Amino acid sequence: MYKSILQSIDNIAIWPIISFVIFFLFFLLLLWYVFTADQKFIKKMSEQPLQDSNHSDVLNSEIV
Amino acid sequence: MELEKIYYDNKVVKAFIIATVIFGIVGMTVGLLAAIQLFYPLFNFDLQYTTFGRIRPLHTNAVIFAFVGNAMFAGVYYSMQRLLKTRMFSDALSWIHFWGWQLIIVAAAITLPLGITTSKEYAELEWPIDIAITLVWVVFGWNMIGTILRRREQHMYVAIWFYIATFVTVAVLHVVNSFEIPVTLFKSYSWYAGVQDALVQWWYGHNAVAFFLTTPFLGIMYYFLPKAANRPVYSYRLSIIHFWSLIFIYIWAGPHHLLYTSLPDWAQSLGVVFSIMLIAPSWGGMLNGLLTLRGAWDRVREDAVLKFMVVAVTAYGMATLEGPLLSLKNVNAIAHFTDWIVAHVHVGGLGWNGFLIFGMFYWLVPRMWGTSLYSPRLANAHFWLGTLGIIFYALPMYVAGVMQSLMWKQFNPDGFLAYQNFLETSTRIMPFYMLRAVGGLLYLAGVFIMAYNLIKTANQGKLIVNEEANVAPLMKVSHATGGYWHRVLESKPVLFTVLAFVAILIGGIIELVPTFLIKSNVPTIASVKPYTPLELHGRDIYIREGCVGCHSQMVRPFRSEVQRYDPKDGQYSKSGEYVYDHPFLWGSKRTGPDLQRLGGKYADSWHYRHMYAPGDVSNGSIMPAYPWLYEQTIDKNETAGKIQALRTVGVPYPDGYESQAVSDLEKQANEIVARLKKEELETIPEAEIVALIAYLQRLGMDVKVKEVAENQ
Repeated sequence: MYKSILQSIDNIAIWPIISFVIFFLFFLLLLWYVFTADQKFIKKMSEQPLQDSNHSDVLNSEIV
Repeated sequence: MELEKIYYDNKVVKAFIIATVIFGIVGMTVGLLAAIQLFYPLFNFDLQYTTFGRIRPLHTNAVIFAFVGNAMFAGVYYSMQRLLKTRMFSDALSWIHFWGWQLIIVAAAITLPLGITTSKEYAELEWPIDIAITLVWVVFGWNMIGTILRRREQHMYVAIWFYIATFVTVAVLHVVNSFEIPVTLFKSYSWYAGVQDALVQWWYGHNAVAFFLTTPFLGIMYYFLPKAANRPVYSYRLSIIHFWSLIFIYIWAGPHHLLYTSLPDWAQSLGVVFSIMLIAPSWGGMLNGLLTLRGAWDRVREDAVLKFMVVAVTAYGMATLEGPLLSLKNVNAIAHFTDWIVAHVHVGGLGWNGFLIFGMFYWLVPRMWGTSLYSPRLANAHFWLGTLGIIFYALPMYVAGVMQSLMWKQFNPDGFLAYQNFLETSTRIMPFYMLRAVGGLLYLAGVFIMAYNLIKTANQGKLIVNEEANVAPLMKVSHATGGYWHRVLESKPVLFTVLAFVAILIGGIIELVPTFLIKSNVPTIASVKPYTPLELHGRDIYIREGCVGCHSQMVRPFRSEVQRYDPKDGQYSKSGEYVYDHPFLWGSKRTGPDLQRLGGKYADSWHYRHMYAPGDVSNGSIMPAYPWLYEQTIDKNETAGKIQALRTVGVPYPDGYESQAVSDLEKQANEIVARLKKEELETIPEAEIVALIAYLQRLGMDVKVKEVAENQ
């Protein structure tokens, strides 16, 4: 039954196009965000993994 | 600001690490056994529990879900606590997750050798285990989302996004692909049939690679690589683009597993286009990983952790370039069904997953046990053994794949196939199969060395069960929004999860739904009829023995294939032929010939002798022998249940047919027994071999019916 219900939707082909447009716009927005984002914020985020541990000592001793 | 003292849970991470190493060794050993079986069939041991068909899914499941899965959880549980500056949401949930997952693995290790399988690749486990997987996955997600919600960091680092996408997508994939109708406690039929089943399965299969083997490890890469290199990721901006484009595009690419099959063309093209597009985010991620090491390359020479990670990321880059290239129809025409694909997945599995896991463990274990690595020299030895192992594995498989494919397609000047007998093409690639096993052995030897090194490391230190950390409490910032919408998103995990969910759902829906709805996608063929009860039993034996692991049932529309597999009628496979196939059995690898048109090609007695000792009938055959099929009998009490279950999912057996099914079954079995008797082969009608012969003789007969009718 569900088949015939969905089959009867007019212009069902428009949905893929709409979703493509939505995601294309999403990516444009993403690019725009990424290029205009706050430098300080980006730097802070990217340093997050390095701030969380107590063993920078181990790390440094290893380099030497 | 007053700092809060918190404790990270290292104990559950330790448990996952131990499980990873143990199951890694088990899974790879089983893989090595399977590799050896391919050139020494003796190693099938003539025992049903150890034949290739049952061992192969054991290997794939053990490596994917036990080895890589446990490592994923170790990495996620370690990094998430530290990135979010909080202990896991609930220790109880962590342990339910751990033990639940191990129980599922044990269940898989028991049921798969017993032949309890759905036959759908990487989703072989039967329905009770499917339900258990769902429950354990929910526990994992609950624990994860709970942890995220009580975090002490305003914004979620990119690794966390990958973990969220992993949780959400695997849940969707698993549930949709596992729709099946139970027949008994350990037997079910896929809800979908034929082309639709194939599409759902490879939408699942492809995205299992994407969201189980890739996204969680990208998260792990984004956390552990900067830690090991002691510098931040090359471009955090790139990682944002990497994340969204990867999860959005990946979900569409599944149909590239079904090129030139009976899948509608539009779906095939869709799969190709999105596969090519995938190069961009994948390489963006790879470059981001490699460039993180800028200025630290001198350390790569010394530090085994970085060595492993560099090769892992490079293998990721190679596999993600190769994948899209394999999705081009002209390349796929050569590569599909061959060992090329086996090489491809092992570059990903051994290189990307394996090496990232090893690098992570060599970094993690000394730190968790508060010591230094027991032997950096042994770690380096492991690195070189592993690297050689990958090379010795992949190169011979590439050569074998291309060679065999070209032999399949080779015509002589008279227009006949140069290698008429499939077996000729197999025997020629045996040396490469042997080299592959050497590669596997080298790689496995490295893992043993790692296990030793890690145990020694742990013994010289002491596990920091609860690792202390001083962290700032999260200040409630009510409107840290500003104009940057993505920044807002990074601080709203629930909204983020919903958006990721929508991103992956759209691809899935657009791809799957039309195939189910539009009738013209699967043109029906009037002569195609449901299987008889005896054939149904035979088909279930075919599924149980994992025949699909080596034999396809899909003649692609190439002259070489049509001439090889259906020289008389010249018919390639049509989607309408599979409408009653729950599940589909197209296969993905031809270690033996395609069987879609096998019916009527040989006499019953040929099959009878061949299944008993394939090497005696086809000299040089590497197929295992199936002596137990001659002793075991089919259970006629299950016949009615099978008919009912299939009727529920849409196979048009007439009402009340189940009461007549057994007598039909006996009639057909007696006919086969009588034909065998003429050749002085004695068997009973209930023997499993009789049912299997019935099924094999049925294959492809529906499209030959007309001719048979004319002859009568």
